[in-house]
Amino acid sequence: MSDAALLEVRNLRLSVRTDEGIAQILDHVELVLPHGHILGVVGESGCGKSTLARAVLGIVPKTATIESGEIRLEGEDMLRLSDREMTERVRGRRIGFIPQDPYLALNPVFTIGSQLLSPLRWHSPPTLRTERERRGHLVSLLRRVQIPEPEAVLERYPHQFSGGQRQRLMIAGALACGPSLVIADEPTTALDVTTQLQILKLLKSLTEEFGIGMLFVTHDFGVVAQLCDSITVMYAGQTVEAGPTREVLADPRHPYTRALLACHPDRSDGLTGIPGLVPSPLAPPTGCRFTPRCTHAVEVCSRRTPRFVSDSPGHLVSCRLADEHRKVGL
Amino acid sequence: MLRFVLRRLLLVIPSLAGLLVMTFFLIRVVPADPAAALAGENATPAQVAEIRRQYGLDQPLYVQFAVYLGQVARLDFGESAYSRRPVSLDIKLRLPATLELTVTALLLATLLGIPLGTIAAVHHNRWPDTLLRILSVGGIAVAAFWFAIELQLLFAMQLDWLPLRGRMSPGLTAPPTLSGFLLIDSLLAGRLDAFRDALRHLVLPAFTLSLGGLATIMRFTRAGVLETLQKDFVTYERAQGFPPHALIWKFVLRNSVVAAITQIGLLFGSTIAGAVVVETIFDWPGIGFYTVQAILTADYKVMLAVTLLIGVIYALVNILVDVVHGLIDPRLRERG
Repeated sequence: MSDAALLEVRNLRLSVRTDEGIAQILDHVELVLPHGHILGVVGESGCGKSTLARAVLGIVPKTATIESGEIRLEGEDMLRLSDREMTERVRGRRIGFIPQDPYLALNPVFTIGSQLLSPLRWHSPPTLRTERERRGHLVSLLRRVQIPEPEAVLERYPHQFSGGQRQRLMIAGALACGPSLVIADEPTTALDVTTQLQILKLLKSLTEEFGIGMLFVTHDFGVVAQLCDSITVMYAGQTVEAGPTREVLADPRHPYTRALLACHPDRSDGLTGIPGLVPSPLAPPTGCRFTPRCTHAVEVCSRRTPRFVSDSPGHLVSCRLADEHRKVGL
Repeated sequence: MLRFVLRRLLLVIPSLAGLLVMTFFLIRVVPADPAAALAGENATPAQVAEIRRQYGLDQPLYVQFAVYLGQVARLDFGESAYSRRPVSLDIKLRLPATLELTVTALLLATLLGIPLGTIAAVHHNRWPDTLLRILSVGGIAVAAFWFAIELQLLFAMQLDWLPLRGRMSPGLTAPPTLSGFLLIDSLLAGRLDAFRDALRHLVLPAFTLSLGGLATIMRFTRAGVLETLQKDFVTYERAQGFPPHALIWKFVLRNSVVAAITQIGLLFGSTIAGAVVVETIFDWPGIGFYTVQAILTADYKVMLAVTLLIGVIYALVNILVDVVHGLIDPRLRERG
């Protein structure tokens, strides 16, 4: 399976039981992440991108059901593994995780050392047999993510660190067991702008250095443009467009991607927005979920979910208009 | 950490001062006239007045208070009207029995309540949770005196597994008193027979006394664990492959017990109060039964000494609780 992509999600459907009924959170989600690449998953809040990240890790809430689809990590279907196998073989070990808010993601009553060393003990790679070796490994990682005095840091508690430093600690934690994939769930949203930039640079150089692929969840096209090799755009639980970053940004094909890009402050003249609201997952529109807000919508859009088809090599769009865009030169 | 502990100790001084003032006035405003009580039922007014003078009760309040402070400092509480012995001697003989019972009961409540509360939270709204909830409501609702008698009937009378009453079997000589706790003293003396016997006597009363605290600690732990489980860091720890067992019993639990441990401090008061009933039923030679007699006979010296003593112990226990909080949560330690 050496030719398999690092991460491949096919036709993933996930629903959540709520008091008001079944919510269809993910619907026909598709994505491919080659080894060593950075894939940005972009969408507004509530579009299901964080749920997707959790589904890959197998930590969706108990009320969630994966109805169909595949999640393949280096060819192996994660959905066939038990929770125990996921804990022992996948989470922390093959997939590292960088959370959204580093202020909330560290356990306040344990030292950094006991939090970051524990996964190394459980998922101990063969090269790190003794506690001393594990400490040494972690200290060198902390040094690599530019944490000053890494030995002393192990004895400190989370509240003694700034947000940027905490996120560096989380990055070291995600890399500790030598994963091939790192999932970052909006890792810079909670940080101020200058720190944000430093963290992005660090992530970029680390993925290159360690040959790690990264699934980078964000709502910010600016961040994607700086960091990611390719983009997958999500809307209301569906993947609507995917392709190389440069191509998608330069030539967005899906009406939603266009609308979203037009909202970006760098690109719009003033404050523009997309008319209407993201639909409730409790009663999503049939067919393409963007239909009610789409200025190009026609009758067929609300009848059938469009297929995710290749528009040009490596550029996929899920829109009835995709073909016609080309024909009429929209 | 040392500074933290010292600060806690300093903070207790105002509480103890308050306790001294309160006990002083409490005795002087109780409806029963202590002088009349001391003089006995058939005393003439002249005799009562003589006793009042003898005990300094006719002096101005500030003089009385100064005298009172001196007595407290010397641990001199006078002679019990009932036992005709120095109150401090009575207490010295009886207090360890009560403390052994109370501490065991609270220990039992904690050691059972925290794991059971955690199990309930992990199985939130499923059968183990429901079962434990019924038991904990029962633990609070059931009257201790009824439950104690049922336990005596079953385990002492019918099954004959455990002794019915007392602290030690009559045939056995007690180990030399060092701590006053029979369990500890018998172990220190290397007397395993005495240890076994003391333990057997302790089981039923301690269990009865632990019920209310057990239910409370269980409920607070359950709520704490449920709250912690919603936290981001738990999601993060799961994402990093923390095995469920370590995740719950180490990383979640330590974040969840602060409220439950606060309760342990508060429960100490109600458990000592509960000891009064339990000691009476199990014929436990502690301070509870002694205090009841003192109250019934308006033996104010005993009441005073016992109130002060329990107040001091209560304050000390709550310092201990604060220190434990500091050990658990580094942020509290730094805030001091």
